Formats: sequence, C-alpha cells, structure tokens
Amino acid sequence: MVEMLGLLLIFMIIGAVIAIETKNLLSSVISVGAVGFGLSIAFLMLRAPDIAITQVVVEVLCLVILIRATISRDVTGISCDREFFAVVCAAVFLIAIFLFGIKALLALPEFGTPVMLLIKSAPTNTYISEGLKQTGAANIVSAILLDYRAYDTLGEATVLFTAILGGLAILRRKAKKEVTQIVEDKE
Amino acid sequence: MKGMTLIVKTVTRWVKGFIFLFGLYIILFGHLTPGGGFAGGVILACSYILLTLAYSKEVAHRSLSRAVASELDSVGALIFLSIALLGIYFGGGFFVNFIHRLSPGEPFRFLSAGIIPLCNVAIGIKVGSSLFMIFVILSAMRVIVRKSDNGREIIDNRRKHPR
Repeated sequence: MVEMLGLLLIFMIIGAVIAIETKNLLSSVISVGAVGFGLSIAFLMLRAPDIAITQVVVEVLCLVILIRATISRDVTGISCDREFFAVVCAAVFLIAIFLFGIKALLALPEFGTPVMLLIKSAPTNTYISEGLKQTGAANIVSAILLDYRAYDTLGEATVLFTAILGGLAILRRKAKKEVTQIVEDKE
Repeated sequence: MKGMTLIVKTVTRWVKGFIFLFGLYIILFGHLTPGGGFAGGVILACSYILLTLAYSKEVAHRSLSRAVASELDSVGALIFLSIALLGIYFGGGFFVNFIHRLSPGEPFRFLSAGIIPLCNVAIGIKVGSSLFMIFVILSAMRVIVRKSDNGREIIDNRRKHPR
C-alpha cells in the first residue's frame, strides 16, 4: 500500500508541475483537478473516508468555478527581469526549509504508527474510548467536529459567512447599474 | 447563456433529483456514516450548479433564487448559533450537547447523538446555499463595463472574445 501511495504522490507532483508550467489556462486548471482527485484517493487509502468525500466534492465545485471563470480569459503573463536579491533570498529560504524539513521528517514516528499510542495522555485517546458514550454519535469524526471541537466548526462557518458577505459586496450588480444610470443622466 | 445540448439537458433532468437526495442522505446520516454537514451541503449546491450549467441561470433561479439563497445562508448560521446558545440555557455551557444529556438515544440509531444531527442540518443549509451563491456571483454573472462609441460607459453582457 505504501508503494501505491508513493506512485500516487509522484503522479500528483507531476500534475502540479504541469499546472504551473503549461501556457494554456484550461489545461492548467485540469491538472490542478488531477492533483485534487489523486489527493482524495490518497485519503481513501489512508482510511479517512470523511475527508475523501469532502475533498472530491469541493474539488468538483472548485473545478467548475475555475473553468467557468477562466475559459474565456487570456493568459496575461508577467515578463520582466529577475531581481538578483529576490533569487538569492528564495534560494536561502529553500535550502533552510529543506534542511529543517529533513530533520523534522526524521523525528516523526514510522509511517502508519498512530501518534496517540506514543503519548498516553493525548486527548485523542479519550475521544476514541469515551466518544460513543459521551456524544452518542457512531461517526467519531462528526462527534469531534460538532461536539468536542464545535468552536472550530463555528469559526469555519463564520469564515464562510464573511467570505460570502465580501464577495457580494464587491461583485453585486445593482450598484454598477445605478452608477451607469447617473453617468447617463448627466448628459 | 442558452444552456447546453439536448443530451446534457435530458441527463440533468434525470440525475438532479438523485444528486439532491444523496446530499440530503450525507447530511442526515452524518453522525452514523462518513460525511456530514459540509460535504452534504456542497453536494446540494452541486445539484443546483448542474442545473445552472445545463439549462440556464433563469431555470436554476426559478427553484432557488438569489434572495432565497441569501436568506437560507443567514438562517443556517442562526440555527447553528442558537443551538450553541441553547446549550448555555439547558446544559450550562456553550455548545453543550444538552439533548444527549437529557435523553440519550440508542447508539447506531438515527435518533441519537443529541445536537449533532441538528448541527449537521444547519451547516448543510448554510454551506449549500452559500456555495451556490459563490458560484452565481463568481461565474454566472458576466458584466463587462466598456466604453461605447460616444464615450459613455455601457454594461455589456456579451462575451468579450467570442469562442
């Protein structure tokens, strides 16, 4: 299973590179979609069906919106000389993150080992052993999302609500028409 | 926007109800099987987005107009918040699962887990209507303000570059 996961990761990396490098905007969006569906299969192989469902569904929605938004746009590339200082900074950051990333990955437990087995006092152990009795929900993910960690879900709902408010305030159609009306009335 | 071909329209007519039903199932059984309010709400939004893409914006707005979607968005958020506030009154704390404390249902049954199914329904309503509105305002509206010949700005709904 680990080999399949590795193949899937390589496929996703190739898709991401194509998405960045291609000139056509539509094929770039489709490559991003391939990366997302590969990620959902990876979630399914790691036995996280809840996240896999959400990933597939949100991926479909985002692809539809992106394709509708980009299908009649031209690519406006920015072509200018690279600054020496910015390139040096980027290289230093990349090397630093690479070195510390290797260090962090070596400190992780072996692949497939649940971290809560290593720390006995982790709250996850309580969720798994007492979750059904305390909340009555058979799906432990729902129990954690909406009972133990309901504050986080409330925050997530607030973020979505604020995003809608901002989008509607910027993109509403009525105000633009009225402004045009004023311009026409002056003449 | 005239919609797509006859094949797409026919398939959409058959499939849209099943997609909506699947979204409802994911929401209502979120406390028993994988899924929940967020995923189910996105599926509900997807059924309306399919309607918008296959037919037209007007057909989709006939069953769920923008004003109704906006109200549903607010109503879902208010239901979620009022469930949390009822927890203070009945259970003594914000987001306390008071229904489960008062009458714990039988586990693995539909009527169990207290406020969790109610929260799932509220989040499903909220996420579904708000994502449909995101789709409408981001991609279904195509308003281009351009200068006409005599210098006035006019609103043009046509595509700038015909495909």
